[in-house]
Amino acid sequence: MNADSVTGSFVLNGERKTVAYPEHHTLLEVLREECGLPGTKHGCELGECGTCTVLIEGVPVLSCLVLARQCEDQAIETVEGLESAEGLHPLQVAFADLGAAQCGYCTPGILVTAKALLAANASPTSAEIDEALSGNLCRCTGYRKITEAVDLAAARLRGEDRALPSLSELCGHPHGDHSHE
Amino acid sequence: MSEKPTPKGAMIGTSFRRVDAVAKVTGRTRFADDLNLPRQVHMKLVRSPHPYARIRSIDLAAAKALPGVVGFLTGKDVPEPFGILPVSQDEHALCQDVVRFVGDPVVAVAALTEDQAEEAARLVKVDYEPLETVGSIEEGLLPTSAPLHGHADEGNIHKKITMQFGDVEAGLREADLVLEDVMFYEGNTHLPMEQHASLAVPEGDGRIGIWSSTQTPHYLHRALTKVLGLPASRIRVVAQPNGGGFGGKSDPFHHEICAAKMALNLRRPVKICLTREEVFFCHRGRHPTLMHLRTGFKKDGTITAQHLKTMLDGGGYGSYGVASTYYTGALQCVTYDVPRYRFDGARIFTNKPPCGPKRGHGTPQPRFALEVQLDKAAVALGIDPAELRLKQVQPAGAITANWLKVGSIGLKECIDRVVAGSAWKERRGRLPFGHGLGIACGAYLCGAGLPIYWNHLPHSGVQIKLDRSGGVAVFCGETEIGQGSDSILAACVAEILGIALEDIRLCVADTDLTPVDLGSYSSRVTLMMGNAAIQAAERARDLIAKAVAEEMKLPTTRLVFADRRVFDAENPGVGKSFAEAVQVAEARFGTLGTTGSYTPPRSPGKYRGAGVGPSPAYSYSAAVIEVKVDPETGIVEVPTVWIAHDIGRSLNPTLVVGQVEGSVYMGLGEALMEESAFRRLPKSRSRALVHKFPSMLEYKSPTFVDMPKVVTYLVEDPDPNGPFGAKEVGQGPLLPIMPALCNAIYDAVGVRVDQVPVQPHMILKALEDKRRGGVGRFGPKSFPKLDYGTPLMVPTPKEGGDGRAVNAEEIGIKGGTMTDRPAARTSP
Repeated sequence: MNADSVTGSFVLNGERKTVAYPEHHTLLEVLREECGLPGTKHGCELGECGTCTVLIEGVPVLSCLVLARQCEDQAIETVEGLESAEGLHPLQVAFADLGAAQCGYCTPGILVTAKALLAANASPTSAEIDEALSGNLCRCTGYRKITEAVDLAAARLRGEDRALPSLSELCGHPHGDHSHE
Repeated sequence: MSEKPTPKGAMIGTSFRRVDAVAKVTGRTRFADDLNLPRQVHMKLVRSPHPYARIRSIDLAAAKALPGVVGFLTGKDVPEPFGILPVSQDEHALCQDVVRFVGDPVVAVAALTEDQAEEAARLVKVDYEPLETVGSIEEGLLPTSAPLHGHADEGNIHKKITMQFGDVEAGLREADLVLEDVMFYEGNTHLPMEQHASLAVPEGDGRIGIWSSTQTPHYLHRALTKVLGLPASRIRVVAQPNGGGFGGKSDPFHHEICAAKMALNLRRPVKICLTREEVFFCHRGRHPTLMHLRTGFKKDGTITAQHLKTMLDGGGYGSYGVASTYYTGALQCVTYDVPRYRFDGARIFTNKPPCGPKRGHGTPQPRFALEVQLDKAAVALGIDPAELRLKQVQPAGAITANWLKVGSIGLKECIDRVVAGSAWKERRGRLPFGHGLGIACGAYLCGAGLPIYWNHLPHSGVQIKLDRSGGVAVFCGETEIGQGSDSILAACVAEILGIALEDIRLCVADTDLTPVDLGSYSSRVTLMMGNAAIQAAERARDLIAKAVAEEMKLPTTRLVFADRRVFDAENPGVGKSFAEAVQVAEARFGTLGTTGSYTPPRSPGKYRGAGVGPSPAYSYSAAVIEVKVDPETGIVEVPTVWIAHDIGRSLNPTLVVGQVEGSVYMGLGEALMEESAFRRLPKSRSRALVHKFPSMLEYKSPTFVDMPKVVTYLVEDPDPNGPFGAKEVGQGPLLPIMPALCNAIYDAVGVRVDQVPVQPHMILKALEDKRRGGVGRFGPKSFPKLDYGTPLMVPTPKEGGDGRAVNAEEIGIKGGTMTDRPAARTSP
């Protein structure tokens, strides 16, 4: 360990974590390297792409722009915290089923951002979902399946028994239009 | 319509959850930078700040003195050149004596921590002698005594191509209308979310392994073999799942070779992850392309002949550039019947990051020119642009003027779908000023017909191991880059053996363990890997069936593989579990394993250059885009895109729709904002060329709020060459987007923007031009003069040609006639 290392402590995915890390390292680096949680990804390390988003006290934050030192005693949630012994989080289920994750690299940051949105607004409109996620870039999906997955997960979290979309809905057709066979 | 019996199964055609979905939504997928090993050190590359310079000296003293620094490499450690194409071996893992773009790597430094490596890289002193730069296509055409490379065709003209199929001038004379357009397509980059990363690991016995974010582990394996001077059998390449590729991880890269060399030198693992700025430097993105397109039309809109000239700004190295240049001409005739065709192409070396293959590889640029010109022809002739296209769609099975064999073609249906869906007939030309609709089409390969290097080997191989537990292990060199190739591999095997995806374990993209698949490029994986997987699975099924049939005293034809069982079709209750059936077969034959492989069919073209363009099948797309154009600001909004894609057969509709929507998204980025632009520094700073946008903030790409509603139509017309009839979807749907957008702008405000990305000031200038009595156009004004030489003359199929050139020897083209290849092997 470097001479400039410090020891810090925070609540990581609900568990108290005490780690030593170089004082100047970002939360992103400490999560991936010292905490052994590489689920949080990086795409620019400059605060431009949203890939490294985690929740600090429930608020989406770019972990590449936060020093780990600033997180002392705070509650941090990463993608690894979404799944529990009970199973996948409804957002994870919806993302998996709707093809909202293709290469999957932006997915962890988008999932936690969406979780924060749903905590603040249980019934967001599509426009509100897009707005909340507009700081997260994705190069694979064209975004629409992500928006639909968040919408589906929101419905299920509200207790609605929402089925997976039909092929017609998957293709973006208005209800009842089955012209694509 | 082609008919191919497709087995009824549980998997194919359903939106099954992709096999890697849970790993991806839980953060468990391990990308290359997620890998770490004990004793690993970190590597950084020192890159040139000059676009063109001679290296005078390198001073490592200060860097060496830094604590934690453990190793260096300079050009002399890696003197062997490499390059993805055998014809352009012009790159070095570290520059030898000249740097050719800002970002060209010069020194590699390894240290115990990433911070130390970064600091050491900053302390390396390189003394450069700046050279006069080549900044554009025009500058690259000027005579020069000091070209960037010695292997260029002429000066800084890397490659010149000219070929003619039929008497184009006669065809143009027969035309009632000849349109001549100059258009420009700006370069842009892949921008995968994942920064390239590699981990190189020496093994005790002098072997080296590298785990990397690469789309082409097999080609990286070959490049490493060449540069490291080791036998291929002592090098292992594993492609980790890529965090997006789009063509940007298809070249063997400097950092991969340096990591391997450094690991061998230090005898410990070496890790490197590029910064985002370095990802921009690696590039290999879309070639900026200037085009001159002259097409003759009859009064009814049918094409009589076409002459396309392209000039590509290639950047500092060859990369895939020779193939890219051919591709700007290759697919112009596969959508509509172009009876006579001439193509002249040239690629120019400039002092910028090298261009290469990006989604659509070389074809979006000429497709843009063609589809915009068709719109102009429709207006000039008073024909509906959709009708103009419909009346000259190539028939299924056609052989084009340039000798490509079209297989199935669902393009007519694609056009019909988007026309109906968008209410085109009622709305186009009738919307209020500022609102418009535009249509365009496209076509793409389902895999290149030839590999990157000349050989007679299969393009994809699959091995299957059957375990007595009922588990099935599937081995294939294919590379998952997000497109879903792992899922297609598992589904093809599960479908044939009648088992579930959970019964299958994949081992992919590992040159030690998996049979070669050429890589995730040219939309080849579903078709080629899929066919290989089906063959391997059918052989496994047949082995099991033979053993089970013997035991059950039934003919094999009565056995059905479904629901994880093997049973009697006439008495479904009688049978065995799949695991029991495997045990019967293992007892009968010994340990069970099968293989399958795929080699594309031979193409009818035999002339030099006929190797670029052939494919086992072509996919087709049509799109209608609606725009709102603000004539005051020039700002374009896109509320809706209707797109139809001829997929052959949809193996998994969710994955297919995802590729369509992703293509629409990337196409809109290229149409409206994405550009790899460069600027010159002032004279006081050597007029150096620097990247305008080496960051994600400055390189604008569409966000959630920019993305329109997308209405997708999947047109299914199974192709006889496709696995279960499937064709590609990863690249084709991007192609109609850019021209459809520009055509919609014309419908909205009556002006033409003949280049992309379309920016607000371009629309305003075109509107101003129109107000002043001009034609109302913004775009390049002229096409540079270049003698492309005497074209290779190839009579068309309709002229009774045989696919060969008639003047190859006369004009001194070596290899003007290709030799026949052996037919594809169908059994081992």
